[in-house]
Amino acid sequence: MNANELTIAAARDALRKREISAVDLTMACLTAIDAGDALNAFVHKTPEIALDQARAADERLKGEAPDLCGIPLGIKDLFCTKGVPSQAASGILKGFKPEYESTVTSKLFDAGAVMLGKLNMDEFAMGSSNETSVYGNAVNPWKVDDRKLTPGGSSGGSAAAVAADLCLGATGTDTGGSIRQPAAFTGITGIKPTYGRVSRWGIVAFASSLDQAGPMTKSVRDAAILLQAMSGHDPKDSTSADIPVPDFEAALTGDIRGKKIGIPKEYRMDGMPAEIDALWAQGIAMMKDAGAEIVDISLPHTKYALPTYYVIAPAEASSNLARYDGVRYGHRAKLAAGDGITDMYEKTRAEGFGPEVQRRIMVGTYVLSAGFYDAYYNRARKVRALIKRDFEQVFAAGVDAILTPATPSSAFGLGEMANADPVEMYLNDVFTVTVNLAGLPGVSVPVGLDSKGLPLGLQLIGRPWDEAGLLNHAHVLERAAGFVAKPAKWW
Amino acid sequence: MSIDIATAAKVAKLARIRVEEDQLPKLAEQLSGILGFMEQLNEVNVDGIEPMVSVTPMRLVRRKDAVTDGNIQAQVLKNAPDAREGFFAVPKVVE
Repeated sequence: MNANELTIAAARDALRKREISAVDLTMACLTAIDAGDALNAFVHKTPEIALDQARAADERLKGEAPDLCGIPLGIKDLFCTKGVPSQAASGILKGFKPEYESTVTSKLFDAGAVMLGKLNMDEFAMGSSNETSVYGNAVNPWKVDDRKLTPGGSSGGSAAAVAADLCLGATGTDTGGSIRQPAAFTGITGIKPTYGRVSRWGIVAFASSLDQAGPMTKSVRDAAILLQAMSGHDPKDSTSADIPVPDFEAALTGDIRGKKIGIPKEYRMDGMPAEIDALWAQGIAMMKDAGAEIVDISLPHTKYALPTYYVIAPAEASSNLARYDGVRYGHRAKLAAGDGITDMYEKTRAEGFGPEVQRRIMVGTYVLSAGFYDAYYNRARKVRALIKRDFEQVFAAGVDAILTPATPSSAFGLGEMANADPVEMYLNDVFTVTVNLAGLPGVSVPVGLDSKGLPLGLQLIGRPWDEAGLLNHAHVLERAAGFVAKPAKWW
Repeated sequence: MSIDIATAAKVAKLARIRVEEDQLPKLAEQLSGILGFMEQLNEVNVDGIEPMVSVTPMRLVRRKDAVTDGNIQAQVLKNAPDAREGFFAVPKVVE
């Protein structure tokens, strides 16, 4: 086994037993990254920073050191990293090198983590296939025929890098499923925490009321370790919660006897592939075998989650992305003689934003415009309140966690959705988006392979602030599923 | 709600994104499709429901109205496409 294939938990132990050094571990990842260019997962490599951090970690490991000390990670391009390109996979931020460090990456580096580089993603995290990236799409390491498959999106580079063992873990962000869907498509674990658990400061904003960062890892234990380091109150993010962060790893007892697992009937969609349904049934049986009580529940407003999301997210995006005007950072269009400032804005934004981002900004502009604000935006915010209430009622009735499919299919081929209606692509988020709208924690766990041999995941949804309990449920599911398959190396 | 070409042009203008004339029909069609998808929300009874302001019941914290940062002009201007004499430079705004 090569060192880059280790889990975070295993590497943590090996580093402490002096079985490996942080420098050797980092070198193993850097070698794997260079050999993995065909995956297009890492879009800005930072080997010098990585080796500096690894050397410092080796020094620190001579004494007491945090869990993440010497652990090599990939960082999604959405996180601002000081002096390192941070482009949100957009042309409009070409050349942007932040003068500051995001809170999440600061915390990781303070804990001794090593940054290997920046990871591919959909532009401004808007997409479900990583195909809207200015860097070109990342590629799923899973492959069953001559087609190249999407790693999902928006955190597609993070998912591909972790699944292909280019790094031990990665950061992702999730606005409507952008951690959980790519995790499911690549056979890894990804958790979106409760809104407010992780600081958003220094993460390029997409939809501020929905965005949360979280870990993407090779195991549930690794997710617990990485989430621990990412979480906590940050005075620089006014929506960050000032509440204690429990010990997530200690919560992995494997005991869920007597817990109530809700199965929402509305998630049984028309036309859902039989394999997804079968996987879900397997997951239910696994939780039952572990001693949980299975209860049928109803979340009546589920079908309205996607249209609600596709009003609210573009509305917030249109406001957030107004800052890209060609004045303070990033791209500015070449101007013709006599062009005024409005020409500069319009040309810069037309050149800098890709088609999907432009479309969402314009949808957002429309739903917020005078005369339509009530009909679209305010109505969507009311339906959002109802979606959240559905969950509150279920939790009030004693449900501890909710089990659902993570995605409506396994990974699809790159380019296969090129001529599809934008709305068809949005359907990828059908099982995940409710969780963002309600601000809840959700985790995707790999559970099996479909008949083609591609990974499929299930999603567990937890009570607000109960990531600890949620991760324990995920741990039980992971253990019962025993998912150990790895993609065959073709790259 | 169907978006006509004039509305698409107006939205593009409001969003400060230049869309060439020949691209407007396609844009109008795509926006119509997306907005059509949103029409489903009209089926929901939202009588008496307050629009959500914050997903977690939290009061936005306030801090002391004091300067906490500053004197970093060079850093602020570092990424500017055009910065001169300590300012962001833009095309002439006032005639």
